[in-house]
Amino acid sequence: MTSFAVTKLVAAKDLRIELRSRVLINQVLPFAAITMVLFAFALDQDDLLVRVAPGLVWLATLFSMLVVVQRSFAVEAGDGALDALRVAGVPAQGIYFGKAAALAVQLLVLETLLFAAAFVLYSSRFDGAGVFLLITSALAASCGLGLVGTLYGGLTTGTKGRESLLPLLLLPVVAPVLIGATRATEAALGVGRISMQEGWAWVALLVTYALLFGIGGSIGFGPLVDDTA
Amino acid sequence: MVLGLDLVEQREAVRSRVGLLGHSNGLYTDLTITENVAFWGATVGASAEEVSAAVERMGLAGRLSDVPVRKLSAGQRRRTALACLIARRAELWLLDEPHAGLDAAGRDELDTVLRAATAAGAMMIVASHEMERAGALATRMVEVAGGQIRGQIRGQESGTP
Amino acid sequence: MSGPTSTRATRAIGIATIVGLIWFVAFGLFLSPDDAVQRKGVRILYIHVPSAWLAYLAFIVTAVSSAAYLWKRTRSLTWDRLAGASAEVGVLFMGITLLTGSLWGRVSWGVYWVWDSRVTTTAFLFVTYLGYLAVRGLGGSHEQRARRSAVVALLAVLEIPLVHFSVEWWRPLHQQESIAKGKLQNLMLFSLFVGVIVFTLLYVWLVMHRQRVLAMQDALDDRGLEFAIAERRQEASL
Repeated sequence: MTSFAVTKLVAAKDLRIELRSRVLINQVLPFAAITMVLFAFALDQDDLLVRVAPGLVWLATLFSMLVVVQRSFAVEAGDGALDALRVAGVPAQGIYFGKAAALAVQLLVLETLLFAAAFVLYSSRFDGAGVFLLITSALAASCGLGLVGTLYGGLTTGTKGRESLLPLLLLPVVAPVLIGATRATEAALGVGRISMQEGWAWVALLVTYALLFGIGGSIGFGPLVDDTA
Repeated sequence: MVLGLDLVEQREAVRSRVGLLGHSNGLYTDLTITENVAFWGATVGASAEEVSAAVERMGLAGRLSDVPVRKLSAGQRRRTALACLIARRAELWLLDEPHAGLDAAGRDELDTVLRAATAAGAMMIVASHEMERAGALATRMVEVAGGQIRGQIRGQESGTP
Repeated sequence: MSGPTSTRATRAIGIATIVGLIWFVAFGLFLSPDDAVQRKGVRILYIHVPSAWLAYLAFIVTAVSSAAYLWKRTRSLTWDRLAGASAEVGVLFMGITLLTGSLWGRVSWGVYWVWDSRVTTTAFLFVTYLGYLAVRGLGGSHEQRARRSAVVALLAVLEIPLVHFSVEWWRPLHQQESIAKGKLQNLMLFSLFVGVIVFTLLYVWLVMHRQRVLAMQDALDDRGLEFAIAERRQEASL
């Protein structure tokens, strides 16, 4: 079976599992929303909140992502499904891109809802001029996060003690996405002193990031999940 | 050489034809029986008819096939895993202690389906501590101790094991 | 397999390191002049710059060793242990770099931290290396550990430039940096040079010893495994 067909199959399977179990909707989303509320408690100033809303949305996304990645691999480890796939000779690259795609889709849903929450909770304003930039940057960032999350999720899945490594490994690696996505979003929403042009430059960084880790991940994912300890 | 393929050079091809079932079943517990079998069938491009045939062969057809796997008994999960092997068109089945964790009824069920599967053409190697039960199933038995083959208990002597 | 990990080579390097360190202390603390602006505070640089050099050298050695392990033709657990030993020494010196850098920043500009690409990237490298060492401790066979950590090390090579560039675009290098570096006199430069040489010797000495200790640990594990297999065979023949 071709890698591309496997990708579609695995992505559909992951999304179907999510639709069935609704972990994103029932657990992750409330967690992310509470995080947004806690940010407001911590920062305590309304005009400050509007200014930093883009950063807070992406921070909440990153923290929630840890849960979504662990869930993505918990369904594989629960009954040994990922191992069974590899033993059956299903191409690792296809599995990698399939899970990354499903993760990216889930993150996009999460981001959309978090932006809505920001408009409600932080009174963010949006005049529509930067909508194209906003959507493109969210897409690019989500692709990058999906690829990186799947890669490190595959590394840390499995026996005890490994899951707790995920935050330590993943959060430094996604820092460029946080910087790029936040700056692009600030440009799109017109907060801060950043121009639309600069915003698009940041999108270029996000795309480069996704490309580089996409290549790195397609090579590294197989060796990482194939060890059995 | 396994199934006419070189074990080292054509590793991926060998893997896709061999079905391994250890003590875990390799299932997605949130999905139904049909969805699991269809997923595995899709990895080899099986049609919907093949998938439902595999489900039926394992005695899981009907309303049961739309139940999520996490609600099934151990025996039913085992049979689902075997249905996946059938849907995948595995030619050689490697079963490690397939009766483990099943009650008496579950073990009898399993024996029936294993016989049916071999009758349909699959080749099986079963590792088991249950000499009697495995003996009733097997056409050939070999004793293994400390990682080494100790001797044939039954079956034709042939060149390669 | 027991006993110390010294050989003639490590003893020679060790002695050279000690001699060098004495010489270095002489230059760093006494013979080189005070800076016109920072006075004695500039001497922190003599530890900071060589440590930073070492930290990045260790990182490169770990990355190259990891690649060497993964490439089939040169696959050998020695590369894996070299990568691990280098990372352990590297993390130590990265910590020293950050600490001394922070102190020097306080002395020269009055701040313990600054959000520019150089400082931030070094901090990220530090954390990434802590993660790498944690991955090495995950257990499993030697080959599993080697392959897993080699992949992580190479992903870190991918990550660090991305972090550097994104922080660089976010907060370009401060002007103060260029002013501070410009006015080093000859003797100070020489002291720094001595420091770099001596610290490199120290690095080599530490890594050689550590790599041998890791080899001994692996051999000990292997012996334990062989023993267990032999026991299993024995009980089967009873």
